[in-house]
Amino acid sequence: MTAAALHALLSHWRRKPFQLVTLVLGLALATALWAGVQAINAEARKSYDDAANVLGGSQVIVDSAGAQIAPDAYATLRRNGWKVSPIVDGWVAGSEGRVRLLGIDPLTLSPGTPTRGALEDIELTDFLGSQGRILTSPATATRLENFGARVQKVEGLAPGLALVDLSGAAALLEQSGYDRLELDPEQPLSQTPLKEIAPSLIIKAPDSAGDLARLTDSFHLNLTAFGLLSFAVGLFIVNGAVGLAFEQRRPVFRTLRALGVPARNLVFLLVVELLILALIAGAIGVVLGYFIAAFLLPDVAATLRGLYGATIDGALTLSPLWWLSGLAIAILGTALAALTHLVQVARLKPLAAAQPRAWALASESVMRMQLIVATLCLATSLFAGLVGGGLVGGFVLLAGLLLTAALALPTALSIILRGAERLSRGVLSEWFWADTRQQLPGLSLALMALLLALAANIGVGTMVGSFRLTFTGWLDQRLASELYVTAESEAEVTDLIAFLEPRTDAILPIWHTDAEVLGAPAEIYGIVDHPTYRENWPLLSALPNVWDRIAIGEGALINEQLGRREDIAPGDVIAMPGGWETEVLGVYSDYGNPMGQVILPTSTLTTRYSDIDRTDFGLRVSRGNVDAVRTSLTEDFGLPAENIIDQASIKSFSIDVFDRTFAVSAALNVLTLAVAGFAILTSLLTIAAMRLPQLAPIWALGIPRHILARAELIRALILAAVTFVLAVPVGLLLAWVLLAVINVEAFGWRLPMHFFPADWAWLALLSLLAAGLASLWPARRLATRPPADLIRVFSHER
Amino acid sequence: MNAKAFLFVFAVAFLPFLASAQGFAGLGQSSDGFALPDPDTRFSFPDDHGPHPNFRIEWWYVTANLRDKDGVDYGVQWTLFRNAMTPSGTDADQIWMGHAAVSGPDGHYFDERFSRGGSGTAGVSSEPFEAFIDEWVMTGSDPNNVRLHAQGSDFSYDLSLQASNEFVPQGANGFSAKSHEGLASHYYSQPFYKISGTVILPSGEISVTGRGWLDREWSSQPLSPTQTGWDWISLHLDGGDKMMGYRLRDETGPAYTVGTWISRDGTPTPFVPGELTMTPIEWASVADRDVPVGWRVTLPKRDLAIQVEAIYPQSWMSTAVPYWEGPVSFDGTHKGIGYLEMTGYE
Repeated sequence: MTAAALHALLSHWRRKPFQLVTLVLGLALATALWAGVQAINAEARKSYDDAANVLGGSQVIVDSAGAQIAPDAYATLRRNGWKVSPIVDGWVAGSEGRVRLLGIDPLTLSPGTPTRGALEDIELTDFLGSQGRILTSPATATRLENFGARVQKVEGLAPGLALVDLSGAAALLEQSGYDRLELDPEQPLSQTPLKEIAPSLIIKAPDSAGDLARLTDSFHLNLTAFGLLSFAVGLFIVNGAVGLAFEQRRPVFRTLRALGVPARNLVFLLVVELLILALIAGAIGVVLGYFIAAFLLPDVAATLRGLYGATIDGALTLSPLWWLSGLAIAILGTALAALTHLVQVARLKPLAAAQPRAWALASESVMRMQLIVATLCLATSLFAGLVGGGLVGGFVLLAGLLLTAALALPTALSIILRGAERLSRGVLSEWFWADTRQQLPGLSLALMALLLALAANIGVGTMVGSFRLTFTGWLDQRLASELYVTAESEAEVTDLIAFLEPRTDAILPIWHTDAEVLGAPAEIYGIVDHPTYRENWPLLSALPNVWDRIAIGEGALINEQLGRREDIAPGDVIAMPGGWETEVLGVYSDYGNPMGQVILPTSTLTTRYSDIDRTDFGLRVSRGNVDAVRTSLTEDFGLPAENIIDQASIKSFSIDVFDRTFAVSAALNVLTLAVAGFAILTSLLTIAAMRLPQLAPIWALGIPRHILARAELIRALILAAVTFVLAVPVGLLLAWVLLAVINVEAFGWRLPMHFFPADWAWLALLSLLAAGLASLWPARRLATRPPADLIRVFSHER
Repeated sequence: MNAKAFLFVFAVAFLPFLASAQGFAGLGQSSDGFALPDPDTRFSFPDDHGPHPNFRIEWWYVTANLRDKDGVDYGVQWTLFRNAMTPSGTDADQIWMGHAAVSGPDGHYFDERFSRGGSGTAGVSSEPFEAFIDEWVMTGSDPNNVRLHAQGSDFSYDLSLQASNEFVPQGANGFSAKSHEGLASHYYSQPFYKISGTVILPSGEISVTGRGWLDREWSSQPLSPTQTGWDWISLHLDGGDKMMGYRLRDETGPAYTVGTWISRDGTPTPFVPGELTMTPIEWASVADRDVPVGWRVTLPKRDLAIQVEAIYPQSWMSTAVPYWEGPVSFDGTHKGIGYLEMTGYE
C-alpha cells in the first residue's frame, strides 16, 4: 500500500519533469550560493589562523620585564622538561622597506605549527645556519632583493614576513638572546616548575591572534549577508515549486486518502519525498557552491590582500562538515518552504472538492498579517540599529529593513493596482487591472524576491559608487607629491637628499614606525611643515591654526579610524606608545587603511622613537620636470627604477585594488538578480498552468488568444516596473545604512552618499528584461494553446 | 648493527618538516671531508664513549628487555644520534636527535627530540659519562654504571643500568664492515647490562627489572644506494651468551647478513657474511604496511635454529624516519629474549 502510494505520488514528477527541474534547481541554487560563501569564509578564516599562528598562535614564555631570554635560560628550560622553541623577532631593512624577520628553530618547533608547514619543501641544510635561506612570500621577496639568492619564495607565508634560521636572525639583528619561547602544546609528563629554574620568565597567553580576523570580520559578515540573501531568494523558488506540486496533486492526495491511506502516512511519504529531493538538490547545490567559491576566491583573496593585507590561500580545502552543513541547509530550506503545504495536506478532508484551489485566494487578511509582521520587523530592526549598535546591530537593521520592505510589497502593489483600476477606462483594461490584482498573491513571493534583489543591487551599487567617488577624490588630495622615492638604505639617504635638493621644489620625508597605539597596531608617521600638507591634506575636523601648531610640535593628527574607534576628537589628549601624551589637533580621512595612524612632526618622531624607517620621501617637482627627475635618479644617482613611483601609478594601483575589492560584490549582485529572475519565471509558469479556468471565459467572450497572451506579458512587465520603482527608495535606504552605519562600524570611516541614476536605469532595464523573458514562455504557450484546451475548461467545470 | 647508519642519514634528509621523499640517491656521496673508519684504529676508553665530531654520524643506542613482578614483558629504547652537517667538527654544525620508547601490553609509547649543536640542549661527555638531549639522560661515572631517563607526554622511565664486563668490539676489533664494497664503521657494544627501575605508563607506575644492551657506533659512510633497509636483532640467550645479527636488504642482489657471537665471558666471534641466515616467516600489518614480525634465524656453525617473535607486533616508531623497534622472544634450539629493529618498510 505504502509502495503504491509512493508510486502514485512520484508519478507526478514523471509527468511534470519541468516542475521537478524547477524545484531541484531552485533549491540547488539557494544552497550553492550559501555553501559557496561559507566555503570562502572558511578558507579565509583558516588562512588568518595560519598567519596568526606564524606570529605566535600558541602560548609563549617571555621575560616578565620584557628583556631578551638568554640562550642559557632556554637550555635550562629544555633540560628541565620544557618543550619550548626559541623565537627571534625583529625588523630587517629590505631594499623596499622594512620586513618583519622571524628567527625560528626548525629543530624544536612544534610539528603542528603552520610555520613548520611553510618549511615543508625546504632543504634543512639550506635553511640552517647564519647564512641560511630567508623565506618569504613571493610578494615580500621583491622587498628583500638586497639579500640576493638567500631569499627563497614560499607560497602561503604571511605577507611582510621573512622566516630565517635562529642563527641567521641573530646575525642579521645582532642579538644573541631570544625574544620569546614558543610552548609546544604537547609537554612531557614531568617538568621542574618555571619559577624554580627561571624566576623571571612567565607564560603568556597567545597574542590576540584575531587581529586579522577582527579586521576582516566586517567583510565576511558582508559575504555571509549576501549568501543569506541569495538563500532567501532561492527559497522563494522552492516555495513556489513545492506549492505548485502540492496544489496539482490535491486530487491524488484526495484519492489516496479516500482509498484509505491515513493522513499521517501520506504526510510521512511526502516528507520522505521532499527529503530525497532536498538531498539530491543539496548535493548538486554543494557541488555548485564549490565551483562558485573556487570562481570567486581569487577575487576575495585580492580584496582581502588589498584592503587588509591579509593573505589567504588560493586553493580551497573543504571539510566534510562543510559538505554536511550544505546538505543540512538544503533540508532546512525545503522544510521551511514546504511546512505550510504539509500542514494543509495533513488537514485535507478526503471528501473535499477535487478541483485545484485557485492559487491561494487574494485575501485581505493575508496582506494584513504581512503588514503586521512587517511592522514588527521594522521595529526590531530599528531597535537593533539604534539601541543595539555595533556591526551586528547594523546588519540586523539592514535585514529588518529589507524584510519590512518585502513584506509590505503586496500591500503597496495592491494599492497601486487598485488606483490604476479606478483610473482605467474600458472593460478590457478594467479586467486587466482587476485580474492583475487578483494574481498578486501568487506572484507576490517572486516579486518580493525581485524587490530584495533589486534593492540589494541599488544599495550595494550606491555604496560602492559613493565609496569609489570619495576614494578617488581623496586620493587626489592625499597624493600631492609628484614622485615618491625609497632610498636603498638609510646610509644612502643623505646622498639622495643632496642629489635631489637642486632638482626638486621640495623633499618631504615620509618616515614612519609601527607601534601599538591605545592597544592596537598603528602606524606613526612624521611629516615636515610644508604647504603641500596645508593645502592638500584631507582634514575632516581640526582646531584653529592646526598646521602652525603641528609645525612647532604642539600636537598630532590622527586618522578617522583611530578617532572613531577610541572616540577621540580634536582637542583631546592621546596617550602615545613610549609613555607620553600629546594633544590631537586634527582628524583626517584615511580610506582603505585598516589601521590607526598618527602623524607627528618629523622632529618629534625622531626624538621619541628609535626604530624608524627613514627611507621614504615624497618629491614636489614641477609638472614638466617629473620625467627628467626620474631619469636622472635612475641613470645619474643609480636608484633602481622600482624605488621610484609617480603619483599616477599609485593612483591607478589604488583604484585597481579598490575595484578588485568590490568585484565580489558585483558578482554576487548579478547572481542574486539571476536567482530572482528565475523565481519570477517559476511563479509565472505556476500561475499560467492554473489560470486557464480564469482565462477561458474571457476567451469565450471573444478576446483572441494573442491579445490575452500580450496582456500576460504586459502584466509581468508592469509588475516588474512597479516593483523596481518601489525598490529604488528601499535600495537607497539600504545604501544609507551601509555608508552611515555598517561602514563606520566595520572600517571606521563614514562616507558621503552619491546617487547614480544611470545605474538604476540599467537595473530597471535588466529587471524588465528578466520579467519579460520570464513571461515570454508562458505567454507564448497561451497564444498557441489549442482552443480545445480552453473549451475543455467548461466541460470540466463541475 | 652498523646499518643504523641508514637511520641517521635518513633522519637528516627527512628532518621533521622535510616530508618529501628523497630516496637513497644522496646517501652514497656525503662522506667527503669527513674522517673514514680505519681498520687499524683501536678503541680507547673513556675517550671513545664521547663524540667523534670528525665523523659524520654517531649514536648511543640502548635497548632493554624488562619484566614486572607479574612477568609482563616491557621493551625500552633510548637513543641519541649525532649528525654533522659539515666536517668542521664544530658544535654549531652538529644536529642531535633523540628517540625514546616503551613497548608494553597496552601499546607502544614513543617520543622524538631534536637539538642543534652548541645550544646546550644535547651532547655527550665521556668522563664522567653523560649523554643527553633535553631532560633525557644517560649519565653515570662511566657507561657501565648509568641512570637512564626519558619521557614523553604519555610515558616516562627511570632505570639504573649496571654491567661489569668489558665493552665488546664488533666486527674486526671494532672495525665493522658494512658490505662487500668495504663500507664500514667503528662499533662496540655492552650487551651485559642488568637493569632495575620504574616505567610510568598511562596505566600507572610499574617496577621493572631486566637486561639491556648498548650499541655505540660512528661512521661517515652511508650505505650503498641500492640497500633498501635492514633487519637487526640482539639476543640474550638463556645460557648467558649473546648474539647480534643483521641483514641488509639490497634491491639489486642478495641481502648482506653478518653478526657476532658473544660468549658469556664477553669474547666476540664475528660471523663471515652469509654464515647467519634470517628469514621472515610471519608478517603483521603495522601502521598501514606489512612488516615481518616473525623470523627464522639459523647459524649452523653453532647448531642454532630459532623462531624469533615480536612480543608486541605494533612497536612502530612513527618518528621523522619511521621504523619498527621492539622486544622479541625466541624459541627453538635456543631460548631467550632480545630486540628487533627493522627499517625501510616505508
